[in-house]
Amino acid sequence: MSIWEYANPRKFMATSGALLPWVSALAAILVIGGLVWGFFFTPDDFRMGSTVKVIYIHVPAAIMGSSAWFMMLVTSLIWLIRRHHVSALAAKAAAPVGMVFTLIGLITGAIWGQPMWGTWWEWDPRLTAFLVLFLFYLGYMALWEAIENPDAAADLTAVLCLVGTVFAVISRYALLFWNQGLHQGASLSMDAQENVADVFAYPLWTCVIGFLFLFVALVLYRTRTEIRARRLRALIQRERMA
Amino acid sequence: MPDLGRYATEVLSAYAVTLLLLVGLIAASVWKARKVLRQLREAENRRDPSA
Repeated sequence: MSIWEYANPRKFMATSGALLPWVSALAAILVIGGLVWGFFFTPDDFRMGSTVKVIYIHVPAAIMGSSAWFMMLVTSLIWLIRRHHVSALAAKAAAPVGMVFTLIGLITGAIWGQPMWGTWWEWDPRLTAFLVLFLFYLGYMALWEAIENPDAAADLTAVLCLVGTVFAVISRYALLFWNQGLHQGASLSMDAQENVADVFAYPLWTCVIGFLFLFVALVLYRTRTEIRARRLRALIQRERMA
Repeated sequence: MPDLGRYATEVLSAYAVTLLLLVGLIAASVWKARKVLRQLREAENRRDPSA
């Protein structure tokens, strides 16, 4: 039994088909449960007031926005090194999901920043890197659509993914590189000194894990679609040649 | 409904935008999946009508 077995589209379709209902159900339970817990059953923060409730969507979305890019990096590297089509299609499938999570992080961050910082936007390293990451997502998706040959598209988008990883890293770890800007440090950390209070942390962790399962469910679902679309293109090409 | 005080607009709009984008993403994914599956079945039927 090897992980490379899943590079076989048939094996991937069989396994993902069996996993998808469970992953989707877990995602729904955790996301809805975490958001209801956070929105209805947690107190206001003594400094931020009720705006602290934005944390249950902003933090998980921002974490998944950059994590999605790292997943795309791994699958793009697998494509470049081992030429497994399923990995390239998984990267393609993940991009719109990561883009939406990044957009949610940007919009909810702006909505939260206005009352807390007095501004919708600040060109601080973390925010700027996150905006550039969002633009990389758009560029990545546009590049897939612009190139007709799927293998050439997979090659070029994989290279773009490698370049964009710089901004995914900066958006996640900017505070370690530059000790400046409005954005606070990590809300969830193994360091108890930095962490948010438990009353906020438990529903927040529930939402983070829920968003992770939602990401996995959507990527599995969309990768299955991409595999079918690839087979459809092959069949249409054969019809034209016949 | 919890009392959101003077930040009600900000909190509710953040949740509304998030739900809208997530529902849109899921709907778009399902729509594309159904369209591709339908086209694939049609192409497979053309190739092998007995299947």
